[in-house]
Amino acid sequence: MDYINAFWIGGLICALVQILLEKTKLLPGRIMVLLVCAGAVLGAVGLYEPFQEFAGAGASVPLLGFGNVLWKGVKEAVDTDGFLGIFMGGFKASAVGISAALVLSYLASLIFNPKMQ
Amino acid sequence: MKINQQMDPKERDKQYNDYVKKVTPTHSLGLCMGKAFLIGGLICVLGQLILNFCETNGLDRETSGSWCSLILVALSVLFTGLNIYPKLAKFGGAGTLVPITGFANSVAASAIEFKKEGQVFGIGAKIFNIAGPVILFGIFSSWVLGLIYWIGGLLGLF
Repeated sequence: MDYINAFWIGGLICALVQILLEKTKLLPGRIMVLLVCAGAVLGAVGLYEPFQEFAGAGASVPLLGFGNVLWKGVKEAVDTDGFLGIFMGGFKASAVGISAALVLSYLASLIFNPKMQ
Repeated sequence: MKINQQMDPKERDKQYNDYVKKVTPTHSLGLCMGKAFLIGGLICVLGQLILNFCETNGLDRETSGSWCSLILVALSVLFTGLNIYPKLAKFGGAGTLVPITGFANSVAASAIEFKKEGQVFGIGAKIFNIAGPVILFGIFSSWVLGLIYWIGGLLGLF
């Protein structure tokens, strides 16, 4: 059942963004920024957590989930470290995703050469 | 298309615009949405597979989530290097852009593409082409929300 929910919710988010992509001609980079910020806001107003409870990876894999993780990290850090936590939580929570993307991409750039499109 | 210089400019513009409209490839929105749904959904199912595998092996939810991100990012970088992800993106549209694999793809693609411009100002700088804005605005928006949360906490609201 969790696979079905992940499939249709994850797919639905992508299909909706496809509309945004076609109708507004927004560049992919802007869409990604928008999704991450929207995810952080949805997390902060308390909507994303119950949604993710239901949709599993359908909610955590899209970049909205990345935004939610950022917010969750900040919230937890504020709870334990107060003011300093506002500056800690985001990077702490997103460390794995960002480090993996940067380090592995760098390694890939050493191995692979650009292809002609 | 024949363009007659003596033609009335308005008539000429109209002809030109009609021509542009005719040769611009039109995708049916419904079909593109269907493809995005399929590919995006499948990537999320792959994520769910990793999550479930981690949880059945006794990892807690947060650690499973980290493993899930790590494995999806690694696969995406590998498929970008092998030039498979761009082909998938051509078919799947937003379905390949929205998941975290789309983020990893854009980081890896910039790193590989700008390799010729050198280590520091090529790969080093251009790797942040897409990653930079996403990280900046992600961190910034969560910082603002955290600030509100902190002030709310001081005032005893939360």
